[in-house]
Amino acid sequence: MASTTQLPTSPAAPPKPAATRRRTPQTGRSRPNILGGLGGWAWLAVIIVPVYYVVITSLKNQAGFFTSNPMLPPSEPTLDNYKLVLENDFAKYFANSLIVTLGSVIPALLVSFMAAYAIVRGRGKFLGLTNNIFLLGLAIPLHATIIPIYWMITKAHMYDTLLALILPSIAFAIPISVLILSNFLRDVPNELFESMRLDGCSDWAMLWRLALPMTKPAVITVGIYNALNVWNGFLFPLILTQSPDTRVLPLSLWTFQGEFSVNIPAVLASVVLATLPLLVVYVVARRQLLSGLTAGFSK
Amino acid sequence: MSTTTAATREQTSRREQPSRRTLEKGPSGWLAVPALAFFTLFAILPLLGVLFLSFTRWDGLGEIKLDGLSSWQTVLTDPVTGNALLVTAKIMFFSFVVQAPISLLLGVFTAASQKYRAALAVLYFVPLLLSSAAVAIAFKALLDPNFGLGPGLGLPFLAQDWLGNSDLVLFVVVFVIAWQFVPFHTLIYQGGVRQIPTSLYEAAQIDGAGRVQQFFNITLPQLKYTIITSSTLMVVGSLAYFDLVFVLTAGGPGYSTRLLPLHMYLTGFKANDMGAASALGVILVVIGLALALFLQRLGGKNRNASQLEGA
Repeated sequence: MASTTQLPTSPAAPPKPAATRRRTPQTGRSRPNILGGLGGWAWLAVIIVPVYYVVITSLKNQAGFFTSNPMLPPSEPTLDNYKLVLENDFAKYFANSLIVTLGSVIPALLVSFMAAYAIVRGRGKFLGLTNNIFLLGLAIPLHATIIPIYWMITKAHMYDTLLALILPSIAFAIPISVLILSNFLRDVPNELFESMRLDGCSDWAMLWRLALPMTKPAVITVGIYNALNVWNGFLFPLILTQSPDTRVLPLSLWTFQGEFSVNIPAVLASVVLATLPLLVVYVVARRQLLSGLTAGFSK
Repeated sequence: MSTTTAATREQTSRREQPSRRTLEKGPSGWLAVPALAFFTLFAILPLLGVLFLSFTRWDGLGEIKLDGLSSWQTVLTDPVTGNALLVTAKIMFFSFVVQAPISLLLGVFTAASQKYRAALAVLYFVPLLLSSAAVAIAFKALLDPNFGLGPGLGLPFLAQDWLGNSDLVLFVVVFVIAWQFVPFHTLIYQGGVRQIPTSLYEAAQIDGAGRVQQFFNITLPQLKYTIITSSTLMVVGSLAYFDLVFVLTAGGPGYSTRLLPLHMYLTGFKANDMGAASALGVILVVIGLALALFLQRLGGKNRNASQLEGA
């Protein structure tokens, strides 16, 4: 598996538009795959119906929600629900989520990249052990450790702070980041490192001047993947914070649901608002995200 | 952060001299230290901590007192633990049975070059963006027997009390889990399929193999390692379905969707018995490790070795 070279992961050539490198089983086939097509459209319905329901319901007023057909769009769409959510400190929760996400993802990327570089380029028992520890981290359901983490955070007087969310999030992002980054780093030709070495470059310089530029797509992918996880994380906020001042978006959805349980349209408007930023990222960086994830996991 | 980095830089430059002499010598191990330190502090030590705490009595606020095996006794004799294990096993099994074939087929489907398939794939991956809390809240509303999908489509059999009926709720949870996680596994399979050499299919076509034959004789065997990777993530991942179930059903009705991680959370943070919760955490870790090792073993030792050595 590890020896299979694979087009999209070659760091020398950043992922090209998917269409140009698609090698497919269906090439040159004339008979259309009707069954497959039907299945594909059926799954689309499964995915779209809940999304559609959430969006149309969030545009209904409460009276309309109770009286109109749940699956039909409102006759008089209203943005009042969005106003209500925005007035309920949405901006603060959004900012908290942003701080926690950036505060976790950037340090996690930095330390993971350095570690992946050392693991791929270096040798010795210590690095082998380190690599095995990270691989082990992939196999363990890490959230089983929340109780000691809760103890550590309270002992360090960090309970109910954003830092309490950031520190464990960095740690939990490391194993998968190191794995994916080292898969990509392995594809950087050895000759490049050797010639830089001959020019008298230190490893520290090669790390930033050769390895990083060569694996930039992978770094971005890992960054987006981790950002998704941290942005959507629920368990750490639930056990490590309690006040509205440190509330992040996923937790705010949950508490909002508790406070406004009768006002379903408003609750669903909060779901839409919390997802919107990610949707924008998806539209902008979709190709990078998808091709990178594919390559990272199918190695 | 910056101090750690600076320290590493210092260490690196100190070790630079010997590494310049021999081209073969790799970078200093110090580069891996910050990541290892973070991971040790917030994952490895807590892992040992959860084992230690399982032999103590602690309410989450006061003193931690050593208490021998009493937490283990509580946990192992409590019928709720057995039930949580059973619910976890059921959800693990059913979500695997549902997700694996769907993601495999969708992976093959989206790996093809047709334009409409690429367009569909863009929409398939939208659930990847949603938080579990958002997914749970959306489905709670959608599955409402009065204001949800059932009355909306005028289909009475869809207007059930999905989340309140203890016979149905498990399958609802499995469905919602599949809705959220199939896209991720589809992506993995899509990548796997695109790595299969086209020449294999060309040869098969010359031999007159049909689509179904090609699927079973080429696609499936070629996807062996992808299947193992995806299955490992799926099975081990099903030990982590916490937030979705917590928001969707909170483990109810009764104990019917009280999964092991949820049981651990409720025991520790709601019933304030951190000792027993830690024992449940240890069980969770052991099951996760055993499953991961078992599934990797299925993949064969050689592959494992090459992955670990980074060959």
